[in-house]
Amino acid sequence: MIDDLYQETILDHSKHPRNCHAMNDANRNAEGYNPLCGDKLKLYVKMEGDVVKDASFQGSGCAISTASASLMTESLKGKTRDEALKLLEKFHNLLTTDTPVTKDLGKLVVFCGVRDYPARVKCATLAWHTLKSALDGVAEPVTTEEFE
Amino acid sequence: MSTLSSVITAGFDVEKIREDFPVLKQTIHGKPLVYLDSAATAQKPTAVVDAIRKFHEVDCANIHRGVHELSQRSTAAYEEARAKAKRFVNSKSTNELIFIRGATEGINLVASSWGRKNVTVGDEIVISAMEHHSNIVPWQMLCEEKGARLRVIPMNDRGELLLEEYEKLLNPRTRMVAVTHVSNALGTINPVKQIIEMAHQAGALTLIDGAQAVPHMQVDVQALDADFYTFSGHKLVGPTGIGFLYGKTALLNAMPPYQGGGDMIKVVTFEKTTYADLPYKFEAGTPNIAGGIGLGAAFDYVNAIGLEKIAAYEHELLLYGTEILSRIPGLRIIGTAREKAAVLSFVMEGIHPHDIGTVLDRQGIAVRTGHHCAQPVMDWFHVPATTRASLAFYNTAGEIDALAAGLGKVKEIFS
Repeated sequence: MIDDLYQETILDHSKHPRNCHAMNDANRNAEGYNPLCGDKLKLYVKMEGDVVKDASFQGSGCAISTASASLMTESLKGKTRDEALKLLEKFHNLLTTDTPVTKDLGKLVVFCGVRDYPARVKCATLAWHTLKSALDGVAEPVTTEEFE
Repeated sequence: MSTLSSVITAGFDVEKIREDFPVLKQTIHGKPLVYLDSAATAQKPTAVVDAIRKFHEVDCANIHRGVHELSQRSTAAYEEARAKAKRFVNSKSTNELIFIRGATEGINLVASSWGRKNVTVGDEIVISAMEHHSNIVPWQMLCEEKGARLRVIPMNDRGELLLEEYEKLLNPRTRMVAVTHVSNALGTINPVKQIIEMAHQAGALTLIDGAQAVPHMQVDVQALDADFYTFSGHKLVGPTGIGFLYGKTALLNAMPPYQGGGDMIKVVTFEKTTYADLPYKFEAGTPNIAGGIGLGAAFDYVNAIGLEKIAAYEHELLLYGTEILSRIPGLRIIGTAREKAAVLSFVMEGIHPHDIGTVLDRQGIAVRTGHHCAQPVMDWFHVPATTRASLAFYNTAGEIDALAAGLGKVKEIFS
């Protein structure tokens, strides 16, 4: 069912994305690009010590990638760098494997429908891979073609 | 629509034609398949599939120089496809038709072989704003290597080339004008005869990318006076991995080989190799024999229906589709040229093409979403991507209605 992909929360976040703005005092930035569909994303992260104090994004993309960026920036706040990277790994597993859905993903479980749409996995992971390059301090824009 | 049914009653029995395409008789996600992606690749009729199977089951052997029966049969069938291509695009001789993998390889062959020999620093290559990446990148690579300059014919907001601007680009340094006959992203049919004439007046050669034209209209390379013309078989209901490059004999003769190897030589010693005559000079190695034979069957199939009838029917479908889509609020058609092939590229306000494509797919409707290998076209229209429904002669008005209903579902979800 198409509704399993476009769950209410995803539609809500794609129509009304949270944290969708530039951030002047961000100390980690990165750009992501999906050459397949032309989706572009700019991510801003403000770290205080090892903790993500704030995160925001700007960009144009499909409902899945916009909602993913929106929900990601929400879920990052207050997480340590390691916790954020752990969440990325779990999110990636949610989309690409049959592993049972675990509670610690919180709201992000709404993306579980994406695993039945392999062509759309990259839409959902664009923001997260951009996050990784932001945390790693990579200067070049990351593209979905580089994902392993 | 009455105009549509009048074409059908005028001898175009689409339901009978659909019987020839087994792939169309399936359901996708529980819905009848509505295939609207023929500009990417056309579906294959049974006649083509059978020809390929017969080659593998009955006649399979390598071509040329074989004295045994199977090799003679396969050579004859393969070369017969070249003869059919000659009649299909009206070249003067079969020697002017080079078997290639597809239009992309045809362009690369010319850019590499002709370009490296004839283009020097300060020379200019002219392309257009609506080219597929395959008619941009090979020329860009050549220009980079030689210190030449790539110039681009602009277009208007309907997606029509501006010939007066083109005129201004032409000068004594222009070596090559390489433009598409029909735009894959917009559907625009370019006035290539005029474009060629203007290039020739400036002393430049021309290459026409016919990938989207040959399946949908009668092409006569001699009447066009094209220097090079290339197309892919798979858009013409033939198999993938096979196509033709047409080139004028004198030009091809003066060009160095593209690849070296077997089949493209007369005599090989360690001191020196003499090359084969046309067209074999450009056909190194064992080719896609099955593909060539399949393409031969595709020519026959299309000829039996008649390109004129196909073009007329597809035009009716285009008019109908344009009218139906124009009624959908918030939908904007990208590419509204006055001369247009059956391509409907569009955007919908606030809804990304990727989401449109996924929702349509779940209703059995196959469209293409993205930049269609024409990123500069997307940039020109200030859109990241479009949704493209491309039609062929096996499509029906009912399928366009299904697309409209599918887009209704899209709006239901996203608004």
